[in-house]
Amino acid sequence: MACEQWRVKLDPYLDGELTPDEGMTLGTHLRQCTECAAAVLERVQIKRQVQNAGKRYVPDTKLRTSITKTLAAGSRGRTRGRTMTRWRFALIPALVLLVAAFLLSASVGRERAARQRIYSELADLHVATLASATPVDVVSTDRHTVKPWFQGRIPFTFNLPELSGTEFSLVGGRVAYLEQTPGAHLIYQIRKHEISVFIFPEREAEMRGLPSGSASAVSFNAQTWTQDSLRYFVIGDAASADILELSKLLRDAG
Amino acid sequence: MRVFEERPSAVSFEDLALPLFEQLYNFARWLTQDKSEAEDLVQETYVKALRGFSSFRPGTNFRAWMYRILRNSFLSSRTGLKTTVVLDQEESDDLPVETATPESLLIERANREMVQRALEGLAVPFREILLLCEVEEMSYQEIGETLSIPVGTVMSRLFRARQALRAALRERIEGEQRGV
Repeated sequence: MACEQWRVKLDPYLDGELTPDEGMTLGTHLRQCTECAAAVLERVQIKRQVQNAGKRYVPDTKLRTSITKTLAAGSRGRTRGRTMTRWRFALIPALVLLVAAFLLSASVGRERAARQRIYSELADLHVATLASATPVDVVSTDRHTVKPWFQGRIPFTFNLPELSGTEFSLVGGRVAYLEQTPGAHLIYQIRKHEISVFIFPEREAEMRGLPSGSASAVSFNAQTWTQDSLRYFVIGDAASADILELSKLLRDAG
Repeated sequence: MRVFEERPSAVSFEDLALPLFEQLYNFARWLTQDKSEAEDLVQETYVKALRGFSSFRPGTNFRAWMYRILRNSFLSSRTGLKTTVVLDQEESDDLPVETATPESLLIERANREMVQRALEGLAVPFREILLLCEVEEMSYQEIGETLSIPVGTVMSRLFRARQALRAALRERIEGEQRGV
């Protein structure tokens, strides 16, 4: 193997990421090649220097105390919850109907609250993005530019519709986060109205519970559905017919 | 690396999360470059993680999960949104071939403060990946989980980050030699 080919393996070698066989072969090469050995030496020096320089900041004791208190309060809450569960077991025969009714209403309430929270968060993302000086990170009307930009930035892929013959135009895209999950945020325009399209992997339980269809979120119109394990949200202040039409285009492309 | 296979409720959240406190703070401070923002970020991370602990999937990496929460919180913060940087297309399989001559003598002259300033000057995606790899000593797999990117992208981004750091150091060392 030529030195150029070994060079790309030097970092993984020092990071302990080569297979034992590859590591041994590279080790043999390093004993024979002074240039590669010098390159390794330089990398080791930089690694050491970054390790040394990177351990720089030490938190205040106050912060530790505050976090320990927060965690202790959380633990007390959990312990109380466990005690109550045991107590409820003893009363199951008498309370079963009451508990079932309570759980049903609580679950409906929780789902509604979760749904509301997701839509509020998306509406916030939509408004914050449009208000930003740089609303999109990839600026392009071409879906063949926007789609590849997401490669490596989000852990899934998706298809975008052809817009010729429609009034919609693509403005660009950026990475957005919902419930700690990275996803695609695309911005479309129709008659000076911006519409946000969010695409996330549907692994969050709260997202799975969302019914498909229309919704109204903080005075925006919205559509949501699941396709190929991805959850799509289309949200904006455009007419609901426009939101619906863009949703249809996206569904057909996916 | 600590991966636990049991149900999360069988292990106390505090037992797993508190040992990471100092590392998380160091990472937060590098990301935010501000003491009070870093403190808020660490607080927010612990609160979110505690709240989400029941949904933490056993068998996955707890440390990567905590770092992911911290990083996502940072990216959603005002400072994080401002630091969004567009990296060039990252090819996962096609690492650029390095032909530059080794500069070990030059690099040897870099002192701790110089390296810290060079790290501060790097784009956030480069700074964070270098810290996760060198300071936190995470595996590529763990870094991929933390940053939500494939292992191939971890490799190419690390390669570019190291190149960027080397260039920044070279510039600083040469600047110092010229007396700038």
